[in-house]
Amino acid sequence: MARNKEALVLLLDVGPSMHHLLPEVEKICSMIVQKKLVYSKYDEVGVVLFGTEETENELTMEVGGYEHVVVLQNIKVVDGDLVETLKQIPRGTVPGDFLDAIVVGMDMLIKKYSSTNKGKKRLCLMTNGLSPIKDPYEGSKEDQVNAIAEQMTSHGMKLECVVVRESVVRGENVSVMEENDRILNLFPQKSCAKTIFVESSTSLLGALKTRNISPVTIFRGDLEISPKLKIKVWVYKKTSEEKFPTLKKYSDKAPSTDKFASHEVKVDYEYKSVEDANKVVPPEQRIKGYRYGPQVVPISADEWDAVKFKPEKSVKLLGFTDSSNIMRHHYMKDVNIFIADPGDQNAIVAVSALARAMKEMHKVAILRCVWRQGQGNVVVGVLTPNVSDNDHVPDSFYFNILPFAEDVREFQFPSFSNLPASLLPDEEQQEAADNFVKMLDLTPSDRKEMLQPDFTPNPVLERFYNYLELKSKHPDAAVPPLDKTLKRITEPDPELLAQKKSAIDSLLRHFEVKEKPKLKKSTRRMREKPSGSDDEDNYRRISSKTEVELIENGGKVEKIGDLTPVQDFEAMMSRRDNPEWVNRAITEMKNKIHDLIEDSYEGDNYAKALDLLVALRKGCILEQEPKQFNDFLHQLCKFCLQNDLRSFCNFLATKGITLISKTEAADSDVTEEEARSFLVKSEPKPE
Amino acid sequence: MELDPDDVFRDDEDDPDNEALRERASSKELVVYLVDASPKMFSTKCPSEDQKDESHFQIATSCILESLKTQIINRSYDEVAVCFFNTREKKNLQDLNNVFVFNVADREFLDRPTAKFIKEFSRLEEFFMKDIGSQYGIVSGSRENSLYNALWVAQALLRKGSAKTADKRILIFTDEDDPFGNIKGGAKADMTRTTLQRAKDAQDLGISIELLPLSQLDREFNISLFYADLIGLQGENLAQFMPAAGERMEDMKYQLRKRMFKKRIVRKLTFSVANGVSIEVHTYAFIRPTVLGSITWLDSVTNQPIKIERSFICADTGALMQEPPKRFQTYKNQDVKFSVEELSEIKRVSTGQLRLLGFKPLSCLKDYHNLRPSTFIFPSDEEVIGSTRIFIALHRSMIRLKRFAVAFYGTSSHSQLVALVAQEEIIDSGGQVEPPGMHLIYLPYSDDIRHAEELHSTTNASVPQANEDQIKKAAALIKRIDLKDFSVYQFANPALQRHYAVLQALALEEDDLPDIKDETVPDEEGLARPGVVNAIEEFKQSVFGDKYEESDNAGHKKVSEASKKRKALADSAVQKSVQYNWAELADSGKLKDLTVVELKIYLTAHDLPVSGKKEDLIKRILTHMGK
Repeated sequence: MARNKEALVLLLDVGPSMHHLLPEVEKICSMIVQKKLVYSKYDEVGVVLFGTEETENELTMEVGGYEHVVVLQNIKVVDGDLVETLKQIPRGTVPGDFLDAIVVGMDMLIKKYSSTNKGKKRLCLMTNGLSPIKDPYEGSKEDQVNAIAEQMTSHGMKLECVVVRESVVRGENVSVMEENDRILNLFPQKSCAKTIFVESSTSLLGALKTRNISPVTIFRGDLEISPKLKIKVWVYKKTSEEKFPTLKKYSDKAPSTDKFASHEVKVDYEYKSVEDANKVVPPEQRIKGYRYGPQVVPISADEWDAVKFKPEKSVKLLGFTDSSNIMRHHYMKDVNIFIADPGDQNAIVAVSALARAMKEMHKVAILRCVWRQGQGNVVVGVLTPNVSDNDHVPDSFYFNILPFAEDVREFQFPSFSNLPASLLPDEEQQEAADNFVKMLDLTPSDRKEMLQPDFTPNPVLERFYNYLELKSKHPDAAVPPLDKTLKRITEPDPELLAQKKSAIDSLLRHFEVKEKPKLKKSTRRMREKPSGSDDEDNYRRISSKTEVELIENGGKVEKIGDLTPVQDFEAMMSRRDNPEWVNRAITEMKNKIHDLIEDSYEGDNYAKALDLLVALRKGCILEQEPKQFNDFLHQLCKFCLQNDLRSFCNFLATKGITLISKTEAADSDVTEEEARSFLVKSEPKPE
Repeated sequence: MELDPDDVFRDDEDDPDNEALRERASSKELVVYLVDASPKMFSTKCPSEDQKDESHFQIATSCILESLKTQIINRSYDEVAVCFFNTREKKNLQDLNNVFVFNVADREFLDRPTAKFIKEFSRLEEFFMKDIGSQYGIVSGSRENSLYNALWVAQALLRKGSAKTADKRILIFTDEDDPFGNIKGGAKADMTRTTLQRAKDAQDLGISIELLPLSQLDREFNISLFYADLIGLQGENLAQFMPAAGERMEDMKYQLRKRMFKKRIVRKLTFSVANGVSIEVHTYAFIRPTVLGSITWLDSVTNQPIKIERSFICADTGALMQEPPKRFQTYKNQDVKFSVEELSEIKRVSTGQLRLLGFKPLSCLKDYHNLRPSTFIFPSDEEVIGSTRIFIALHRSMIRLKRFAVAFYGTSSHSQLVALVAQEEIIDSGGQVEPPGMHLIYLPYSDDIRHAEELHSTTNASVPQANEDQIKKAAALIKRIDLKDFSVYQFANPALQRHYAVLQALALEEDDLPDIKDETVPDEEGLARPGVVNAIEEFKQSVFGDKYEESDNAGHKKVSEASKKRKALADSAVQKSVQYNWAELADSGKLKDLTVVELKIYLTAHDLPVSGKKEDLIKRILTHMGK
């Protein structure tokens, strides 16, 4: 058997109390096999059920006992049939004994591989641990566990137990459960085993690693506290995003008769001169150019190598600091873990001492790391203690990369306290929010933490592999909707919402949210936003739009009042901070004039309106907006004629008000002749 | 495939093309440096850092030079003009006396800085007196007013670009606090008035005028004589102006080379809080790894840019094809095909963009719950009125209750569980250090978390743990090596600074590389202080006993098989190498008579790469010998 192949035996509890959970168990088991089919298709898997009506395993034939344990599938290389099998696990009828199942699974592994294939043999038990364990023929249950654990260790097997507890267990079951939990917790102490307790079907899906990735150190060497004190450490990745698989491009060019067609597409890159598209530049003739202002400076690889920054491989301590000096949002990338060199007992103690002291003192360490020789950069990061709560797992450190000065962009935002009161919550609202935050709690005291990252599967990947399986059978199938269990990750839990309805309702009652009618020109908004040089002002502009002139803009004239309309208009027209003011001033002036005429009684407002009109005319010439005025005058006369206000037109004519002509403003399309004759023409024939 | 180095750090929300585009379109800065070139600027000497006397004129120009060098990297789309007044010669569009706009070919007066411009400017001293000359422009009896002319020229230069998209500034460097001091009577009042009016006109056009005064050794620049009125200083600001101005000069000279990014909204999100109630928030890329800047591939022969053409070739038939619409995954011995639409449908798991799921205590957010740089979110009432109010209420509650929110952040291309951590505003004397808002932290899924520590778990015996005494000694050590005011902002990236320095040296054809200090190296001196050394020794004694050295060696014994082999090879190569007289072989050109195996002995012995053809090996040996 090849080195990287894994042998896995699934031990599944199918007893009556497990029936409602089996759909999820089916999902996670088939997912494991599906991923193996993609990433490690030579792995071998066997399936053992317990709690079944029947009994079917080699041990029962050889030595008797081991009732209600069925080997559903002997260990074999993964294939499509296995996925099918795991999608329809037969339901059992009796409470199952998981210890029996472990022994049967172990026996299968031993018989198949004897002592080869070390470390790559895995047993995976899924149960709710609510069915009693039979007393052994001899000795105590502990002895039995010890014996099993010893066997497993000697054969290099690993055991993972996933125990599902959906709700609080009551009654006589409690003693059984406690007994079982004790036994299950014995394994990790005696062998290479891990027991995980999960409470929801969603975390059941995330409880097992569905893909095996062999861990690789990114650094082995000294953690240098000072030149005099070096601790041997190994550095691994702690988190690393599992990416959406990169699919190959499909070529349909091969004839359908060609059974061995790869259907792959090769992508070829050619480098051509920008000026001469026919001139192909060989790849080795390319040279990198970096921008320096408008120019591009070519730097060859050799030149660059000669001068570039070349730090020595090392991991050095810069110092310790209060953990409060590091913000959580400064963590830049995926996380590494520092573990003491497992062969160096002193290093393990040294790491343990530092980690424990750091935790006690709320300190973190700042490191400078160059993982490999020849690496062209350094990273500065923060080391935080990870004190192990398991006797068998050594203390370690997590390492997060911190930003450099260049990586932090200094954007300024308005202080919340400086915002107008209309944007701030009042006391009652704050109370409602407090209550909401308290009630919508994902860590209720009687349950385990919900949506813990460690047990939350990636809904997109789950969906992809399910769809892959579906498509392999029905090539034209559409993308199915998201699984109900996975929806618990992407949407709030309806159960939780229902429970905390009062807190939610109260929040909604206290706050009003109103969608604003879409602003007319969304493109203009887009452009305006980033251009704001002063962020404070920028924010103001937005909010002054929404909050309808709540904030005074530095005592500058913003609208045309009734007292000194002409002066207001001129002040607005001359504002330079935003070209919009001109338009605004003109529009407001027009409205003012309109209102005056409309409201006038026997021409008492005419003189005032004329003043404004003269000012508007002057302003429009100055700002090169003749059309605005001309259109308005046309409109105004039409309005007057229709509304029995002919006297105003006559009044204007006597005062010599004309359209703005081309000679006055180049943009006008009115000739001088037309301009002068306008009002005369509109005057009706004398009766 | 080295197509685009930026690609490495590109996440779906940080599109560099887009960024460059916006950078150009959005607000830029237009600056005119007005430098007084009167004889007085040359006659006053000030002692500089390297003990040489510097004239005020030198101080001003070196300050501008440094600022230009920084600007070309930080904000290369900004435009500058350098303009001297009180000059003998004149060069400006208005043909005004005593004003000289400095420029180089292929460049408008007010334009983006170029390498040639900076290079030429750095040589200013060599030709200034000959070509430009220094001469008082304001003399009694003449109506000339060089300051007025200079402001006029500067304002005319800044006519370019609308006030909306550009930030326009005039920076005046002078040591004359009373420019009309030698004019008497009505002429003085008149000149003062017209000059102030000219400045006011410029300010009304949205141009800000700033002053960088240079004080005499014995007499401080008296701002209130004239310039306070020119730049519009009053009351308290007046008192604070002089000390602040000094700092500004320093700032201009010692700015960090750092690509500046305009604050822009990455995305506008709908944040659904509960039961269909959604508020509007904007996201900002607050912290992102800075990359070297975009690479343009050039043809090394012509130095002309080249373009990359991609073609698709069917592996089975060799036919050239269009970008295929389908992808496939081999699964169960068959090719399962997906259309691009189907793939994006799979990724679209949530229609709401940011959906609140609940709250957890901050202690649930572990240090390893991180994958990517965080994103900053800030509320907006632009489209949904009331957003800011709810956001602030939740923000305050979360801080008070020490909780973070868990939410699902789904976009069309990427979906992730996120933590929203409320950040309180932090202000120090220099301004806002941390803005108020929430940081969106991308959480890993179970398959993203690895359990490397379990690999080394023991099966029967417990692993060793530190005892009380050892922990106490560690604590003492930690107290000794304490960085009190550590801030993540304090280190510049040495690799990046080096890159900028190299770029500058090559572009400006400077002879030597400016020295870049690596700020990230440990403070060796501090670590050698007796207190620290003692604490380290005690810790060592407590943990390692007397066996520290042994343990050190034990570590060395554990070197991997491969490296042992490599070591052995190198050792034997060194031994064999001495049997040859390499220098003589090289001189007599007999290296080519040796076999490749023999040549490799030299290379291995000197830790050089052994790859390549025979000629390459010989060349490498000769280079190494310095021949």
